[in-house]
Parts: sequence; C-alpha cells; structure tokens
Amino acid sequence: MTRDELKNRAIDYLAGKVTCKEFTEAATDYLEGSQTWLGWVRFQMHLGLCPGCRAYLRQMKKTIHTLGRLPEEPIPPAVRDELLQRFRTGKSR
Amino acid sequence: MLAPERRVDQTQGTARSSNAIQDEQRLLAALRDGDEAAFALLVECYHGSLIRVAMAHVSDRSVAEEVVQETWIAVLEGLDRFESRSSLKTWIFSILTNKAKTRGVRESRHVTFSGVGSTDGEADEPAVDPSRFMASGFWVDHWASPPHLWDDDTPEKQFLTKEGMLYLEKAIQALPLNLRQVLVMRDVEGLGSKEVCAILEITEANQRVLLHRARSKVRQALEQYVGGGRRQP
Repeated sequence: MTRDELKNRAIDYLAGKVTCKEFTEAATDYLEGSQTWLGWVRFQMHLGLCPGCRAYLRQMKKTIHTLGRLPEEPIPPAVRDELLQRFRTGKSR
Repeated sequence: MLAPERRVDQTQGTARSSNAIQDEQRLLAALRDGDEAAFALLVECYHGSLIRVAMAHVSDRSVAEEVVQETWIAVLEGLDRFESRSSLKTWIFSILTNKAKTRGVRESRHVTFSGVGSTDGEADEPAVDPSRFMASGFWVDHWASPPHLWDDDTPEKQFLTKEGMLYLEKAIQALPLNLRQVLVMRDVEGLGSKEVCAILEITEANQRVLLHRARSKVRQALEQYVGGGRRQP
C-alpha cells in the first residue's frame, strides 16, 4: 500500500464511519466533551468535511445561547422584604 | 478543517446567578451569623432561577412563587443543620425540586423521573426528523435536506422580540417534564452538569440524554420559527 492509500484509509476509517444522523444524535456529548478522544477526533473530521453538520452544530449552539438569553425573573420587592423580615426575626429568636 | 472545539469544563456551570456567590463557606458563616446582607445576596442571586425551575413543574405562576417562598423558609429553618455535604446552591435547588414535585403531583402535571427509558414514551424519538436524511444508497443517513446556516443574528434577534420570547417559552413548556427540568437548569439558568445531576439524582449519562433530547426539540422549534413556518411548538 502506498503512503497515500494508507492516508486515505485512515481518513475513511475516522471520518467515513460517522453519519450525519450519528452526529445529530451525539451533538450534546460532543459539546459536553464527554466522548472518548477517538470519538472526538472522528467528529472533528466529520465536521471538517460536512457543511450540513457544521450548520446543525451552529444551530445547536445558538439554540443554547438563545435559551441563556431569556430574561431573568425579577424578585418582587414585597417578596424580598418579607423574606428579609423572616430572616431578621428568625435570627433574633 | 475547523478550529478544534475546545472542551470546556461545564461541570461547575457558569450560572448567571452564581457569579456573585463564590466563597460559599464565608457566605454560610455570614448567614448563620445573621448577616442580613448575605441573605439578601442569596435571595437576589437565586430567586429568579428558582422561579424558573419551579415553573418547570407547576404551570401556574403564583403556585411557583409559593413554592419558592416555601423553599426560602425551609432554607432559613435548615441553615443551622446544613452540613455542606452538597454545595449550598445544590441544597437549595434540591429543596425546591422536592417541593415543586409535590405541588406538581397535586396539579397532576408531574411525570415520574425514572430515567432514560421513560421520557414520556418517546425514548427512541430521534434528534432530527429522519426524513431529512438519505434513506438509502452510498450516502445513507447523511443529510438530504441539511439545516440552513444561521447568520450571526439568527435566531437571537428574532427571539429578543416579545413574540419570539413567547414562542421560545412555549417551546420549553411543550417539553415533557423531565426534559424541561434539565433544559431549564442547564441552558436557561446555566447550572453545571454535576449540580443538575446532584439535584435530580440522576447519572451524567442520563442527564446528557435528556438534555440532548430537550435541546433537539427546541432547536427544531426555532428552526421552524426562523424558517418562517411560525407553527406553534
């Protein structure tokens, strides 16, 4: 086997075996860094070759980012005051 | 080749609420000492997150408020007995989750949390509609209709509007309880995976499955919205 053939085989093994479906099922594992090193490399290679999965991953990241941008629930001043009052009386007992 | 995706340590979380509370031991000592400012800080930091997590269990806003109030009272009562076996934050959220569960059962909105196999009977539901992949041939299971590349402002800009926000909230509310719980804690409130696992008493693998299913559903809802479909989630 020539050097190039060997290289192609290695690429086939690492990238060729990842399907887009597999990627979409394991995108959170990938983002959480919970894969094995080899699994991570395989996904990296697939991403390098697949614009569809790059777009999918970007959508996932933006989904997560957008969820984190939902407005915070404010605490009503009356509730806050009542809780502080309870804290005061509780501690002075 | 893409720049390598850096593996971020997400175990501790980057809660928007937790930045102010760093030195827990000092905070705890201050609370036990009756330091009102310390308690005010605690309330300011976690109240909003607690409301959101409670809302994952009970549909009614006022019930959620009650559950959070009860939680704070339980925290005040338990403070002296708290043994730091978990973090203060995990402890507070666990109290809330238990109280919200009880209320949720009464509201009959609660689904038992028994792990991966029982996400409302949709354990095998795929992350992406299977019809979007090639069904056969050399490219089987590769994209037949790939997602669009969202630009920098999509979908954030759309969802900063009132209508967009309402849509997103509805998409979250449409999730089954166990998915919603994990998603709200992890992605909306920014708790870390270790924290969420401790609060819900589930394994990290289980949590990742639930989180992925929840994210997939929300992504799909956003895609429909951005794509102009604007269907109700």
